[in-house]
Amino acid sequence: MTAALVVFFVLAALAVIGAVSLILQKHPIHSALSLIVVMVALAGLYLLLGAEFVAAVQIIVYGGAIMVLFVFVIMLLNAGVEEHTSISKMAGAPGLLLAVALAGFVAATIAKSTESVQAAPQTGEIASTLGISNMIFKDFVYPFELTSFLILVAVLGATVLAQREKS
Amino acid sequence: MVPTNYYVILSAILFGLGVFAFIFKRNIITIFMSIELMLNAVNLAFVAFSQALGKLDGQVFVLFVIVVAASEAAVGLGIIILIARNRQTLNVERVDLLKL
Repeated sequence: MTAALVVFFVLAALAVIGAVSLILQKHPIHSALSLIVVMVALAGLYLLLGAEFVAAVQIIVYGGAIMVLFVFVIMLLNAGVEEHTSISKMAGAPGLLLAVALAGFVAATIAKSTESVQAAPQTGEIASTLGISNMIFKDFVYPFELTSFLILVAVLGATVLAQREKS
Repeated sequence: MVPTNYYVILSAILFGLGVFAFIFKRNIITIFMSIELMLNAVNLAFVAFSQALGKLDGQVFVLFVIVVAASEAAVGLGIIILIARNRQTLNVERVDLLKL
């Protein structure tokens, strides 16, 4: 077992434990903290994959901005422990079945079909940040410009939604 | 070198946990967080395939997914604040305006 494999299993276990903890925790703030653990573990996996820029963006945007927004809203709304009715507890069993079936099917299908991917030559050291910036500002420049429009619309939408109506 | 299959299977497991959380949880904020978990699972598959194929397209897609997730979080949390203000609850079972 190589060092990379050990690091992978540690980070993968951390991510899965965080995701399970998100489900098991009763209070939304604990779920939010569990999700942060998942995101940091995924950032570590991105580093292991050689995607340094994506790892940094994952920490800054997901772990920083988005999760702070979540925690902020949880505190703002003073969210309490979630309550389950008997019907919603019954939804757990078929939900679990569905989720296991879905994950198993996806994993089995993709694991079978990645044999060709495995055989492909791995370039290993690619200058990822330089390459990404080249792709964003050359090949994907129109989608990139469209994302700024998307963010503008999102900011306007959030402002209009959250403002108090004038009486 | 970690095989690509491992990453993809981990991605599928995380996605399945996200689906289960989406169905099982009753707090609207937690449901929203499970959507983020599913998006993260897909991002992991994107980066894993990007590395396996030696192309950077997957990593660029991840950046776009993160941008969309950020905008979605901003708008979605605005909607959550509206729901909490109008109905004084975060439980999705009590948000039943359209139920007969």
